[in-house]
Amino acid sequence: MGSILAIIVGVVLIGLIIWWFFGRHQESAGHAQQANNEQTATVVVKGGYSPSTVVLKKGVPAKVNFDMQDHTACLSHVVFSSLGVNKDLTKQKITTVDIPTDKAGEIDFACGMDMFHGKVVVK
Amino acid sequence: MTLSTTRRFWISLVLAIPLLIQMVLMPLHWMMPGYEWIALVMTTLIMIIGAWPYWTSAWAAFLHHNANMNTLVAEGTVITYFYSLFAMLTHRPVYFESAAFITVFVLMGDMMEERMHDNASNALKKLLDLQVKSALVKRDSQFVSVPLDEMQVGDVVKVKPGQKVPVDGQVITGETTVDESMITGESMPVHKVAGDHVVGSTINGHGTITFKATKVGADTMLAQIVETVKKAQTSHAPIQNLTDRISGIFVPAVLIIAIITFIVWYSLLGTTMAHAMLFAVSVIVIACPCALGLATPTALMVGTGRAAKMGVLIKNGEALEEVNAVKTVIFDKTGTITVGKPVVTDVVGHDQGQVLQVAASLEASSEHPLAGAILNKATEEQVELVKVSDFKAVEGKGVQAQLDGQPAFVGNEKMAAGKQLAPQLVTKLAELQDAAKTVVVVGLAGEVIGLIAIQDAPKPSSAQAIAALHDRGLKTVMITGDNDRVAQTIAQQVGIDQVVANVLPNEKAQRVEELQQDGPVAFVGDGINDAPALTTADVGIAMGSGTDIAIESGDIVLVQNDLRGVVWALAMSQKTFSRIKLNLFWALIYNVIGIPIAAGIFAGVGFILTPEFAALAMAFSSVSVVSSSLLLNRTQIEV
Repeated sequence: MGSILAIIVGVVLIGLIIWWFFGRHQESAGHAQQANNEQTATVVVKGGYSPSTVVLKKGVPAKVNFDMQDHTACLSHVVFSSLGVNKDLTKQKITTVDIPTDKAGEIDFACGMDMFHGKVVVK
Repeated sequence: MTLSTTRRFWISLVLAIPLLIQMVLMPLHWMMPGYEWIALVMTTLIMIIGAWPYWTSAWAAFLHHNANMNTLVAEGTVITYFYSLFAMLTHRPVYFESAAFITVFVLMGDMMEERMHDNASNALKKLLDLQVKSALVKRDSQFVSVPLDEMQVGDVVKVKPGQKVPVDGQVITGETTVDESMITGESMPVHKVAGDHVVGSTINGHGTITFKATKVGADTMLAQIVETVKKAQTSHAPIQNLTDRISGIFVPAVLIIAIITFIVWYSLLGTTMAHAMLFAVSVIVIACPCALGLATPTALMVGTGRAAKMGVLIKNGEALEEVNAVKTVIFDKTGTITVGKPVVTDVVGHDQGQVLQVAASLEASSEHPLAGAILNKATEEQVELVKVSDFKAVEGKGVQAQLDGQPAFVGNEKMAAGKQLAPQLVTKLAELQDAAKTVVVVGLAGEVIGLIAIQDAPKPSSAQAIAALHDRGLKTVMITGDNDRVAQTIAQQVGIDQVVANVLPNEKAQRVEELQQDGPVAFVGDGINDAPALTTADVGIAMGSGTDIAIESGDIVLVQNDLRGVVWALAMSQKTFSRIKLNLFWALIYNVIGIPIAAGIFAGVGFILTPEFAALAMAFSSVSVVSSSLLLNRTQIEV
């Protein structure tokens, strides 16, 4: 009896895992706050980046603040490979990255091991 | 609570000591009095201090539909810890030590990896440390100490013996030798006199010089190098696309395998629930996506950093990867294989003074590299220049203009097409060309009046570098606008395999494309006209002495004006790339072999991996990948 129950529970769990991790799930993008001809967006780092997509306005100097709330090695660095930025987030609570907004486009960022991804959209 | 990983590790380790003692003494059938209660207290503390961050991070990731390393650590510890609580209440055997040791080992792995990661990115810090903080700058006819960030272009700077040159500039007075090894990798000190360029952060020898700052702040060579290395270190290599694809499904796949492991052991093989659970937990904690994720970036970081120290700036991971496929190396001739400063060796004609005068007067308005040689010669011989009008440069041929109302020209044979050459000039022309000299034909009033021979000798190290490329099994090709004979002679001197001569500047890229038919090529060049070829080639290697546009177009920049840099660039790229492949291979194999073993595939022959040993293996797999990358700092590179 117990063994059949284990199989059923196991199969249901596998189904849930597939649905949860591989199914389509929408995530909302974050917008930057504008003040004094400057825009700032905050990304909370905790088990990932929330929001993982930040939308910035073209032509306005921009900063993205990474608010570190995770204490594991996985997310300790943030890397903007196209900008040559590789910052250690563990040294201070909030780490600021300047984003060039002269061109529209997408700038990807990821953790040091390339397991977590996020992007900044300039438009 | 914000404790560093290191602190968390040490606290957890101390708390785990009683559990460790029990584990060691277990085979001696000794039971610690009240062990279950001690284990409960210690493990609970370890969970709060060591494992809690993994739990919260994993939960946050889970809410993002993400799973990662932390998910695995959290699952492993949560399952063993809470099962043990349940087991204690129902008087079954407990497995607190599994939860405790998984945490301790994972923390150890994280801590070691963090340290080595810092080591790997050290190269950049060392480069930045080269910079001085202040300089002796002339202000109101006195030299005063000025902070580096207040310096401006045009400042006159004094450098005393043994001091560092603060910024880039051009020497005004004084004479000295400068150690430029930190920037170019060249170990011999370089002699500097007025007019020579000096580079910031190099070390002045015994003389005192004053120089005018030409580049400060972010424009200096050092700042540019640092910027390039920074970008290279964070760049992506295409091989990473593989790991990106794997990492996306890795953790959920491991969770599914763990569930299947549990079902097989419990439902099909009929073991106890506790045993089936231990196998499943082993699967979860042995799996290490980190090793896969770390394989490329750490090797890239160390490899590009090491290359920068040798004066080779590899701009990105893509270039580094493509270099490995290169079959042919194509060289521009002038300034790349040769010194790039041609000098006039012969002036031929009835009236040598007139030949030189006509040539120099026309070339005074030209930007061609050969013009400089002719003008230098004219200055040397004190020939007076005549004003010309209607100056026109004919691309790939030469220049023409009106001189004293008569049409005049200076150029190659194509320029003289249709003009009659005196027989002795024809013989002399062939003779000079056989000696690898570039000959320009000088014409006045529709007649050829003479020849000027110019030579640009190969750099001393060119032959050595090309031989080293042959040793690596590469084909070498030289592309030049010069005629066949000149090109062949130079090619023979340095040992080039194939020569493509008579190439117009705008045809270079096209020739490169043709050579690409036989396989990927690298192009080495330095001039503005090389930019299209540098971009067209699979790998563009720009000489650092070259123009900004060439450096911009290149994938790899050689700081030192020496072809051996090409060999270093290829060698270092190959070493780095094979290290990446090796890392990826081991990281994959580790998971492919480790997971079945943890699942108990060898349980039949009595070989099983308990969760704590699975965690130890996991910690070491990511640490070993980083140490493998750090070994790149010690590999031998020879030319």
